Amino acid sequence: MSNRIDVKKTYKLFINGSFPRSESGRTYEVKTSKGAFLANPCLASRKDLREAVVAARSAHNGWSKATAYNRGQILYRIAEMLQARTSEFIEEIMITTGATKVKAEKEVLQAVDTLVWFAGWSDKISSLTGSNNPVAGPFYNFTIPESMGVVAAVAPENPSLLGLIESIAPIITSGNTVIILASTKAPLSAMSFAEVLATSDLPAGVVNILTGKKDEIAPWMASHMDIDAMDISGLSSKLTAEIKVAGAENLKRVHSFKRASAHRITAFTESKTIWHTIGV
Amino acid sequence: MSFEYAPAPESRAITNIKPKYGHFIGGKFVTGSKHFPTINPATEEILSQIALAGKSEVDAAVKAARKAYNSTWSKTSGKERGKYLFRIARILQERAREFAVLETLDNGKPIRESRDTDIPLAAAHFFYHAGWADKLEYAGLGSFPKPLGVAGQIIPWNFPLLMLAWKVAPALATGNTVVLKPAESTSLTALLFAEVCQQAELPAGVVNIVTGDGSTGALIVNHPGIDKIAFTGSTEVGKIIARSVAPTKKSVTLELGGKGANIVFEDAAIDETVEGIIDGIFFNQGHVCCAGSRLLLQENVAEEVLHKLKKRMEKIRVGDPLDKNTDVGAINSKEQLAKIVELAKVGDDEGGQRWSPACDLPKKGYWFAPTIFTGVTSAHRIAREEIFGPVLSVLTFRTPQEAIEKANNTPFGLSAGVWGEKGSRTLWAAQHLRAGVIWTNSFNKFDPTSPFGGYKESGWGREGGRHGLAAYLKGVAGE
Repeated sequence: MSNRIDVKKTYKLFINGSFPRSESGRTYEVKTSKGAFLANPCLASRKDLREAVVAARSAHNGWSKATAYNRGQILYRIAEMLQARTSEFIEEIMITTGATKVKAEKEVLQAVDTLVWFAGWSDKISSLTGSNNPVAGPFYNFTIPESMGVVAAVAPENPSLLGLIESIAPIITSGNTVIILASTKAPLSAMSFAEVLATSDLPAGVVNILTGKKDEIAPWMASHMDIDAMDISGLSSKLTAEIKVAGAENLKRVHSFKRASAHRITAFTESKTIWHTIGV
Repeated sequence: MSFEYAPAPESRAITNIKPKYGHFIGGKFVTGSKHFPTINPATEEILSQIALAGKSEVDAAVKAARKAYNSTWSKTSGKERGKYLFRIARILQERAREFAVLETLDNGKPIRESRDTDIPLAAAHFFYHAGWADKLEYAGLGSFPKPLGVAGQIIPWNFPLLMLAWKVAPALATGNTVVLKPAESTSLTALLFAEVCQQAELPAGVVNIVTGDGSTGALIVNHPGIDKIAFTGSTEVGKIIARSVAPTKKSVTLELGGKGANIVFEDAAIDETVEGIIDGIFFNQGHVCCAGSRLLLQENVAEEVLHKLKKRMEKIRVGDPLDKNTDVGAINSKEQLAKIVELAKVGDDEGGQRWSPACDLPKKGYWFAPTIFTGVTSAHRIAREEIFGPVLSVLTFRTPQEAIEKANNTPFGLSAGVWGEKGSRTLWAAQHLRAGVIWTNSFNKFDPTSPFGGYKESGWGREGGRHGLAAYLKGVAGE
């Protein structure tokens, strides 16, 4: 058995629920922490991004109008699928980053728990951030948080899996759809996580994952007119001003976060106030 | 039988306009160096000379605001801050008539609106926010909400005192100090408000008012001593501000333009709807960012609605803003009138059918008759661009889905209206509209308890209500 040749995985992109190669045909080499060849993931192009935006935009109406209970269950389902494949993710993180088993395991389990935590938020955020407004007139006036639409995110370099999930989960909890650029140096667990998403009843296009270069893709995200907001937590602060300037063209909401928190949900919601007339 | 209305002008004797004004910095009026005239747009009469703040005046105002923040205001308890705001609310009520007349003179809006809407709502905003000042930890915006520091606030000319109240009241309630710049064509009520601050014995420097044009605004936006920019105005300028502050740590809220859809379903109560359409587009001469400037009529009632709308428009009284019977006043400035005239011409050129009732417009001043364009499609510029005047574009639809698609087909997302007697359908439409404020069977209603602000290119953040406080507190934006 020792002479058996392993069947290695081809790492592709995740767009609209499918796993296409980059339309550009470009790949780049990812090595182990010790410098050995590991994989040739896709070097996503501007056109890959644009296709992901189309997918995310078409998925938004259905996902945002799904019940909060339904979205919560799907997020929980993602956690279940990730839990079941824990050992595979631990191994992938160890070989890519050189992390110890203890450290890699901690990251994967925390990623599972993060998904569970946000799953529980989906049907609570409206109660906490909405309001009933006692206007001086015959109106039932209330404010509800709604998803913003399509959010583009740049995942931090590391922790590559946990950082990715800490970005995706709060964005989609409220009904947004997302295009996320994975860690450039350690993109493999992000693409394996796409397989988890593909088996979690998540509608196609709600999460789209690209691999490639941040300084190449992030500016295209910022200038794309059909992206409503950005999470640039994974971007060097040197690029922040450039991204915000480009994003101003359609007044993108651009945020950056240091850790997982409920603020990451509310930052990507928009408050809608409805004046409903009262009368007989 | 028809009734003629005798003139019923409000007296302007209650106002006391000085020939020349300076800035209000550090609790005192200081003389300006350069001046420009402010006029009554209904008569072109020069009302006064307004100072144009340059770098040294803006520097002085920011310095005064910082000093007041460090030495006084940040050490004043919420309870005491609130009492100052209550005082201001009461003084605004006491001097409401004076403010209303002054606003109408400087802005051109009908006295009926300044008296019944602008000034009472401005006072209500101070009263509402006064009560928040000592209750911020209950607002769900963090356990220890902290102010940002010095806020630079730039407001438009369409609701001069009301926009001042929307900006100043929440900033002070949350413990910030402010440098406010009113719009260049409507500075007078802001300068009268400075007197109110003195009467309320507000500590010096908590509110500073500098007057000027866009160049003064840019000095505020780019001033390194300012922690927060709050702007209400055009989307074009909003984007410039967003770019300017991108490399800085300043927080920003923007309340920008709109192209609000007003959707009429076939089961709407037509007579009430017609009143709502009028309110939606002709309130304040259509100088309203959330105006219902795109009327979407379900095809089978379009003819009836248009017939009644035109009959109703024939009764609109356009003229002397100080006349208590006037419905539509003067266009605020020569520049704005030129913009409205130009876009209406584009409407003609693109094949829209223009209609206005016969009305005698005064010879002097800036006037534009209430106008509707039919035969408009979503591609026409008058269906896409904000006209900011009394011009309504009329489109039709067949199904509720088509209405939503057309309504949402805009880079803006500030407001929308929905008319219909079936509650589940109006709320379904409200749910599907991508806009920050939605009125069902109503339009252009405002209240300090009700958050206001836009989706997409209509801006960042909310003003009013619990949500509006977040704009002036640290760490609640999520970073």
